[in-house]
Amino acid sequence: MGILNYFRSNKQTSASVAKERLQVLVAYERNQRTQPDYLPQMQQEILAVIAKYVDVSTEDIQINLDEDCSILELNVTLPEKG
Amino acid sequence: MAEIIVVTSGKGGVGKTTSSAAIGTGLALKGFKTVLIDFDVGLRNLDLIMGCERRVVYDFVNVINKEATLNQALIRDKRTENLYILPASQTRDKDALSVEGVETVLNELAESFDYIVCDSPAGIEKGAQLALYFADTAIVVTNPEVSSVRDSDRILGVLQSKSRKAEQGGTVKEHLLLTRYNPARVDAGEMLSVEDVKEILAIPLLGVVPESEAVLKASNQGVPVILDADSDAGKAYDDAIARFLGEDREHRFLNVERKGFLSRVFGRKG
Repeated sequence: MGILNYFRSNKQTSASVAKERLQVLVAYERNQRTQPDYLPQMQQEILAVIAKYVDVSTEDIQINLDEDCSILELNVTLPEKG
Repeated sequence: MAEIIVVTSGKGGVGKTTSSAAIGTGLALKGFKTVLIDFDVGLRNLDLIMGCERRVVYDFVNVINKEATLNQALIRDKRTENLYILPASQTRDKDALSVEGVETVLNELAESFDYIVCDSPAGIEKGAQLALYFADTAIVVTNPEVSSVRDSDRILGVLQSKSRKAEQGGTVKEHLLLTRYNPARVDAGEMLSVEDVKEILAIPLLGVVPESEAVLKASNQGVPVILDADSDAGKAYDDAIARFLGEDREHRFLNVERKGFLSRVFGRKG
């Protein structure tokens, strides 16, 4: 069994792939559930305002709202000066 | 006051009705007056699994619409004492159930029953939401398979936000019931293990029901599988009921059963 396990451990089983995929997905979906409904639209509108002045894309902006909605954190990664 | 239990899963075909039938029967066997309600309007099947499909006269929707009394619609189980079935309507449209209507029926049932077991339809639409809305306790039926686990997590989200308990600032008690478990495939790395599913869903484990030939055999005959007391699935449900009622029982059927010499030679099934 020891030798068998040694060979087995080199290859990831399909069950462990399933577990990893689920962990990522479930964490993401739980996060989506807890955020307020208006957040995605607000994110887009803020992005539109920023995009008017700076060249940014959707990936460059991150909005986090803490649970009791008292702190709104806005992260915008500005493009490097060329 | 009755305890309302919802058997739910999000995904279809994972064993909700089989589990509802087994859980309701198990509670009645322990001496609790129990009613099983089929919430799957339009696609009722609990009657078939319980073997009382030919005795359905009135249904849940008739009672809500006051076309029949609760006593007329309740079917008394012929095998198990203390057990009653309230079948779903087969022909009406899905909107036949309303929050107020369901509440009235549940309140009336709560006066005389110890446990009300609600067999939820699949999905997260109105029928499923109504089935879980009044629940005190949820039994989430999950298969060790990606889509089932994901859907279970979604239904947990619904329980935590859209149930009456949640709206009143409380919580619905959650239990995980893992069904169709195949220890040999888990050992081979082809199936999520109990530990994997527990870790992802993060709710307490009520029981593990192995993939079993007894389940199909039981549904063929219209007998809840828990009454097949010698079968692995029957024993697993019996354990789950004991745990539900507070008994401390070790989990079985988690490992591959080693076949003895004789059963290997003669190919007998355990």
